[in-house]
Amino acid sequence: MDCLEKSLLNDFQRDFPLSETPFAVIAASLGVGEGELISSLHALQSEGAVSRVGPVFQTDRVGVSTLAAMAVPAERLEEVAGLVNAYPETNHNYEREHHFNLWFVLTASTQVRLRNVLKEIEQRSGIEPLVLPMVEAYHIDLAFGLQWT
Amino acid sequence: MDLSVRELKLVAAIQGGLPLVTRPYAAIAAEIGMSESEVIDRLARWLADGTIRRMGIVVRHRELGYQANAMVVWDIPDDQVSDVGQRMGEQPAVTLCYRRPRRLPDWPFNLFCMIHGRDRDVVRGHVDALIRQCGLEGVAHEVLFSRRRFKQRGARCVNTATQRGFHAR
Repeated sequence: MDCLEKSLLNDFQRDFPLSETPFAVIAASLGVGEGELISSLHALQSEGAVSRVGPVFQTDRVGVSTLAAMAVPAERLEEVAGLVNAYPETNHNYEREHHFNLWFVLTASTQVRLRNVLKEIEQRSGIEPLVLPMVEAYHIDLAFGLQWT
Repeated sequence: MDLSVRELKLVAAIQGGLPLVTRPYAAIAAEIGMSESEVIDRLARWLADGTIRRMGIVVRHRELGYQANAMVVWDIPDDQVSDVGQRMGEQPAVTLCYRRPRRLPDWPFNLFCMIHGRDRDVVRGHVDALIRQCGLEGVAHEVLFSRRRFKQRGARCVNTATQRGFHAR
């Protein structure tokens, strides 16, 4: 990863310019051309290091969401993970090392829809999820301090 | 928060990211029949009121070599959880920190934080430091390392196909 890419990843996770030509503004601050900057971002996106450039919405403001967990027998984990993934409401879905081994985040338009998705997952898998919505947030900024050494 | 139909269209058009072009806001605006300045103004307002947490490059940890990621869960007395959560959320190693309900008897934990590191030992070191910094010696907690990632993407709050609700694509 070159210096430009590292600087982009580290220093531009927030305060993206709201100017008509934001990439030109960033490029100028880094002393490179706009074309070079946009190519770097394309490259980082195709490598998978960058998922997107843009706003991170507070999902509670534009929908409803919850964390949920299930204790899935090891031999059924892929099947149940696939069942959960198939819902467009699922944003994140991870296997974790614990008795509760499947952890996912659902975001829906309404509480009713969220409840229905959870009910369907329970009925189709035969496993009752723990439903763990946020009660209070103490640190919600996802900007991530990268360390290169 | 109640967003207007016009605003929902903007959320739908922008939630997957900006196009990497010279004038990305103009490109989004053209897609949904807004002016460039209206897009910029609405984004500025959402940033100011917290509807948008931040705006910029969204990285993927694993692809950047942060192979270890743990959710650490704690059982904190209810009358202390807000204070402990505030302190925990300020530690640089913590990327997310939330209070969530207990689900007894299966789930006694009410404070959740997320820690990323290049490997598991680094993450364990961060957990030990948290215990010292937040005075959590003797507090019941568990460290849930992630194994497989089945899905990861930004939340899709609005259904782009219908524009009628928040349903995801």
